[in-house]
Amino acid sequence: MAKPKVPGLLKGLGVTFGTLMRTATEGSNTIQYPHEKETPPIRARGVIALHEGNCTSCMLCARSCPDWCIYIEGHKELAPPRRAGGSPRKVNKLDRFDIDYALCMYCGICVEVCPFDALFWSPEYEYSEPRIADLLHDKSKLGEWMETVPEAPELEAGADKKGKK
Amino acid sequence: MNAVVLSTDLAYWAQSLLRVLGGLVAVLLPAGTIVYLFLFKMMSFMQSRLGPMEAGPYGSMQLFAEVGKWLQKEDIYPARADKFLFKIAPIIVLSSTFLLVAVVPFGPDAWFTNFEAGVFYMLAVSSISVLGILIAGWSSANKYSLLGGLRAAGQLIAYELPMVLAVVGVVIQAGTMNMQGIVVAQNAGSIFGWDGLGNPYIFTQFVGFVIFMIAVQAELTQAPFDMPIAESELVSGYMTEYSGFRFLIFFISEFATAGVFSMIASVLFLGGWAVPFSWFGWTNLDDIDNWMNVAGPLILFTKMIVLSFIIMWVRFSYPRFREDQLQRFAWKVLIPVSLVNIMLTAIFKVAF
Amino acid sequence: MSLLGDRQQLAYIASQAADARVNVELETEGMTLNIGPQHPATHGTLRIIARLDGEQVIWAEPSAGYMHRGYEKLTEVRTYPQVTSLVNRIDWLGSFANEVPFILAAEKLMGVEAPSRAQHIRTILFELSRIANVSLFLGDLGVQLGAITPVFFAFRDREYVLNLIEGATGGRFHPNFDRIGGLKEDLPAGFIDETRNVMKKLRTFCDQIEDLLFGNEIFQSRTRGIGVIPKDVALQYGMSGANLRASGVDWDLRRDQSLPMAWDKADWKVITHPDGDSFARCWVRLQEVRESTRIVDQLLDTIPAGPVMAKVPKIIKVPEGEAWVSTENPLGEMGYYVVSQGDMGPFRVKIRSASFNNISIVPWLLKGVYVPDIITILASLYFILGDIDR
Repeated sequence: MAKPKVPGLLKGLGVTFGTLMRTATEGSNTIQYPHEKETPPIRARGVIALHEGNCTSCMLCARSCPDWCIYIEGHKELAPPRRAGGSPRKVNKLDRFDIDYALCMYCGICVEVCPFDALFWSPEYEYSEPRIADLLHDKSKLGEWMETVPEAPELEAGADKKGKK
Repeated sequence: MNAVVLSTDLAYWAQSLLRVLGGLVAVLLPAGTIVYLFLFKMMSFMQSRLGPMEAGPYGSMQLFAEVGKWLQKEDIYPARADKFLFKIAPIIVLSSTFLLVAVVPFGPDAWFTNFEAGVFYMLAVSSISVLGILIAGWSSANKYSLLGGLRAAGQLIAYELPMVLAVVGVVIQAGTMNMQGIVVAQNAGSIFGWDGLGNPYIFTQFVGFVIFMIAVQAELTQAPFDMPIAESELVSGYMTEYSGFRFLIFFISEFATAGVFSMIASVLFLGGWAVPFSWFGWTNLDDIDNWMNVAGPLILFTKMIVLSFIIMWVRFSYPRFREDQLQRFAWKVLIPVSLVNIMLTAIFKVAF
Repeated sequence: MSLLGDRQQLAYIASQAADARVNVELETEGMTLNIGPQHPATHGTLRIIARLDGEQVIWAEPSAGYMHRGYEKLTEVRTYPQVTSLVNRIDWLGSFANEVPFILAAEKLMGVEAPSRAQHIRTILFELSRIANVSLFLGDLGVQLGAITPVFFAFRDREYVLNLIEGATGGRFHPNFDRIGGLKEDLPAGFIDETRNVMKKLRTFCDQIEDLLFGNEIFQSRTRGIGVIPKDVALQYGMSGANLRASGVDWDLRRDQSLPMAWDKADWKVITHPDGDSFARCWVRLQEVRESTRIVDQLLDTIPAGPVMAKVPKIIKVPEGEAWVSTENPLGEMGYYVVSQGDMGPFRVKIRSASFNNISIVPWLLKGVYVPDIITILASLYFILGDIDR
């Protein structure tokens, strides 16, 4: 330590004053939320979107949810056969697909276990409600979130490219 | 102010009204400025944020929003509190601030009272707030409040003494206890014959100034001397049980007192409202033009802002002492140093 | 008595003397002060019952359990993938670090090992969560001692680390990123460069905190010699982590055990301090943040290419057996004793969390100190309520 010793009390004052000047010249580290918004990372777990066409109501997500906040009801319907003369197809009809965001703990297990790519994470976060019951998103609302689902990000160099969704 | 008012033969009630309004402005304007400028903005900037930005341009109306919020809140008092004492405690604390501002001179004729023992009176009434704080702490029927009140009593009494002793040096040098007299003595004086700056006592009484500012910091219970409030230890000390309007009074008095003490410090050490008399060729108080009655308060206000900047800067940077360390610091460092300061001042006064 | 060291003897004598003063000489009563469960200094719902004589503590006891969430029991009715999303809520500030020992224990039972790329990324995220956790401690320390500014610096710079964790895992606080056999996904592009920048910012933050707080004479007078824990007492109470290292015990599980993690690939040192007082504990943590940034920087250079997931079955059933794995978490040693009976979920999990053991020394430590020092000592012991009560 060749430098002369500055008393710690003065150094502390220097730190706060330096920050004061930096905030005044370079701007603050905070943002004024409702006016400007931060863009969350692509992978951010904001809200779960449902691609209804892909869902086969297999119940895997509902069963693997750690706090059982997914409610699924469905039934089979007969659809006209693909080829003329064939027997009618059985098609899954999703009656109800609700996620209760008041219970959800955003672990992402449901998105992961879905074998048919029906569930996706969207980084959207502005869906707080004044009433707790409104946090139960039904399938049409979950379907609306599909628009906000981003493309999966590029992976870091050296990653094993094949495979995961 | 008074000279102007008195000369125009106003009725007694009108004069009183003017004085009350003047007193309110003199107490609340510095408090509001300090809260907005330092507590809201400077603290935020020191912490890499912007502070309130929504109410008014750059959040300048935030203070009014806060006052409105507090006024709406219920005036709660604890079931086992001593209700009478609990209610009057904040008012005692605030009254000390109003009494303090009475002796501060704002201009050649702009003062509320101008009496000979101004410094003595200032030191006396500044300790009234101790009573209010002690009452608040005791009457809240809360252990944290009680501890806070006791700490406040010990601390404020301990720091009264260095403050008195620091001011004694100024009084010796000025040769008067009249605050107006001290201002005149500073601005009419000269440093080794050079009167370009007058003789603000911050140069000759620098030790006294530092001790005075430390004691002010402790009197205001600002960090690093904020143990009576100590929000991480005693929740909020003597203010814990207060809410709404009464908390607002405590809050105002905290920052108003900061403003008033900054004014007093600038009167005692920085030359107060006046500019050095040599600039305009004045020699004594009677020469001074009437416009100084308007410019004087502004000059004093500027000096107050500078001093309260230092107070707040220290407050936002330092951790707090422990109670026993604080007492040790007061009795073992500040008081001996200020006694030596008085002795040296007296010697120089006699020698020159 | 001889076992417990001079310090406790002194504290005992002090308490006897205080008792004598309280009860005999002045014939007054001590005051019982409930610090908590709702108190600004307990960062949560810890309750400390303290009997005071004036401002001096003559007897104190922590009363935990106000935030008990029953994680050990909950894990018994969850499958292994679900358990990771639960356990990262134990120490909520360093959440990724909570998942790692559980996953390692399950991997040990299954006999799989994560690929080396996954091990590197795990270690990086582990150290990032340590940085996020301890940097908040450094700010919070200021608030406990009355300085308001450091906590904002801490939140400011922790935000960068949380953004990194969120960018990689998707969750700011609860990543749930660790899987048996590897990681959920690979890192997103740009993570490495960004992490390097953030590590620079964190080192600046450490310097700032050092100037603002640690160099401050008031801070030093508040912490030096306060709450001294001698080496042997610290060991007897089962302390771990920085609290133990601050008492001069050279003990760090990152170095001392060979886990399938990448700590041995980096060059770093274990920080110890001989004093054992509050200042030492804070100082050790500050230096550890610096060391962690160094570890992260070095590991970023050496991430090997390859997959991040070993071959594990889609439905995870862990074979019968028992395993104990503990790691050096931000707060100290955290371990999971997993008993499996071959089901999809564990049969029984015992969670050893660091804070619970660290605060067990509080009754011993608080005897004879002043009320402000209670706060200093609690702050420097650094517990997280979720970690105490689980």
